[in-house]
Amino acid sequence: MHDANANRSAQMFAPLTASAVLVNPVGLHARPSVKLTQCAKGFIAKIEIALAAEGPWTDAKSPVKVMRVKAPQGATLHFRVAGPDGEAALAAMLALVHDGFGEA
Amino acid sequence: MGEIHLTGHPASPGLAIGPVAVLTSAVVSRVTKGDPVQEAAALKAAIEGAAVELADLIARVHDEAAEILEFQVAMLGDDALAEGAYEAIAAGVAADDAWRAALDAEISGYRAADEEYFRARAADLVDIRDRVLAGLNGANTIAKISGDSVVAGDDISPSTFLAVDWTRGGAIALAGGSPSSHVAMLARSRGAPMVVGLGPLPWNGQPPSLALVDGDAGTVIFDPHPETRRLFEHRMAAANAAQIAADAGRLKPALTADGKRIAVLLNVAAPEELGGLDPAICDGIGLVRTEFLFEGSRGLPGEDTQYAVYRRILDWAAGRPVTIRTLDAGGDKPIPGVTVDGERNPFLGLRGIRLSLARPQVFRVQLRALCRAAVHGTLKVMLPMVAVPSELDRAKAMLDAEFSALTAQGIACARPPLGIMVEVPSAALCAEDFDAAFYSIGSNDLTQYTMAAARDIGAVADLNDAGHPAVLALIARTVEAGRRRGVEVSLCGDAAADTRLTNALLATGLTTLSVSPIAVARLKAAIAGVIA
Repeated sequence: MHDANANRSAQMFAPLTASAVLVNPVGLHARPSVKLTQCAKGFIAKIEIALAAEGPWTDAKSPVKVMRVKAPQGATLHFRVAGPDGEAALAAMLALVHDGFGEA
Repeated sequence: MGEIHLTGHPASPGLAIGPVAVLTSAVVSRVTKGDPVQEAAALKAAIEGAAVELADLIARVHDEAAEILEFQVAMLGDDALAEGAYEAIAAGVAADDAWRAALDAEISGYRAADEEYFRARAADLVDIRDRVLAGLNGANTIAKISGDSVVAGDDISPSTFLAVDWTRGGAIALAGGSPSSHVAMLARSRGAPMVVGLGPLPWNGQPPSLALVDGDAGTVIFDPHPETRRLFEHRMAAANAAQIAADAGRLKPALTADGKRIAVLLNVAAPEELGGLDPAICDGIGLVRTEFLFEGSRGLPGEDTQYAVYRRILDWAAGRPVTIRTLDAGGDKPIPGVTVDGERNPFLGLRGIRLSLARPQVFRVQLRALCRAAVHGTLKVMLPMVAVPSELDRAKAMLDAEFSALTAQGIACARPPLGIMVEVPSAALCAEDFDAAFYSIGSNDLTQYTMAAARDIGAVADLNDAGHPAVLALIARTVEAGRRRGVEVSLCGDAAADTRLTNALLATGLTTLSVSPIAVARLKAAIAGVIA
């Protein structure tokens, strides 16, 4: 699906990284994971998340893999993004986390 | 045959009586198996079929239920979920065995999670697994359950829950399960009583025919004696009548029969409880427990994490007062890395404020986060388990120091008023000696320490009576101290929600009661019947 594009993009664009603290009540649980992956799929860039700056990195477009990360509330979520729309993708990801995934 | 009493944990409140419907995990094996190509195609078709079924179901349900199913659809639509299964099929394993093994591996990952929330998601994965298996095996997905049944089993999947019409009065009694599961959330929003963690259901072969479910107490009685059943039905009728009357008055301020205004506040154990609640049902939040921040094993919560949570609660309250209790660990609430293990009598040991003063590095972080949050509303801070005035004085000095440090750094902050929880008899007897900005009576511990009886020890539970004259005298004495010192007194223990005690509590002079959101309507109705 996206993988062919993403891999090509990843080779041509230097990866961008940033991190944000998960503020929503129970961390990256079911609903936020779905929102995160849906948002990520809207970009061509290869988008990965991790609980530590050095990885291991997880494909942010796969809800199954994102849920396996089991990121709790208060954890720092690191992003690594590479692709032509990388900057916009990173901004969108960070906004989603800062906004607590829209949860009250 | 004798009646069977089982005790578990309440997951959704309310009382129900009904015939028992036992959930069985019917395993139908596929008769014919094809070559790897056919098996892969069969699995693909079953996964796509399951997604279509879920999409149909989503179209018929609303909000929360739809979001839960959308999670399942997202998982099913992700190739990563079936990756392992397709690999096994290519190696010659049958589609159903391959799918089951792949999902079971995924499910055991969830069950091994540190956090209750992620463990509870295992039920969603089981749901996905069984729906696809049913498609592969050509079986009907869900056995029909009549809506007036008490559904008993190890656990129940969200889609099984959603297939039942819960308006007909049924309930759920589970050997396993979790109050944090999606089904528990759904049960609470649908008003279906639910009890989890009952342990192995004790029948072999012949299941019981009738069950009484008490979702308030977390108990279930199977095959009740006629007299037990009659008493239970009596309670149900009374509760129903009270609920109907109470719901009408939930949004109105609480007034006694003679027109005296009583403030009704909320007890909150986790911020998620406020989701979907109208702040107009209460006069503020009387108790925010902060232990939830310290659960899980990823270390202690940082200042920013705590600040964000406190601020969200203050934002929800929209100017109404919010009382946040500092960490009340120890006793029956151990926290790895903070509390002391192996105390001979933890209830009389290093807990509450004693522990916070012994762990100043943890306490200071919480005090800083509270000072920063205080600019976003009307925040009050209360200290648990205070026994002597010097504990309050030491905490106050630490609060002042953190407030000064934040101010010096130019960080937005305010110094919230500092009050004490009155739950140790010494604090109730000498309440006037404390330089507290307010008193909040914790009736659970005050009762247990006054009567020297724990409520979870069955043999002495009847002694644990918050309505005993000795306990009421300590409450009245605290109210009097508050009146003399001109500071507010409230009560935030379970006694506030026990409407049999409302009359006696208001007679002590209390004018502020704090209860869990579910009890607000009932309490307001009880207050309306009291002449103060």
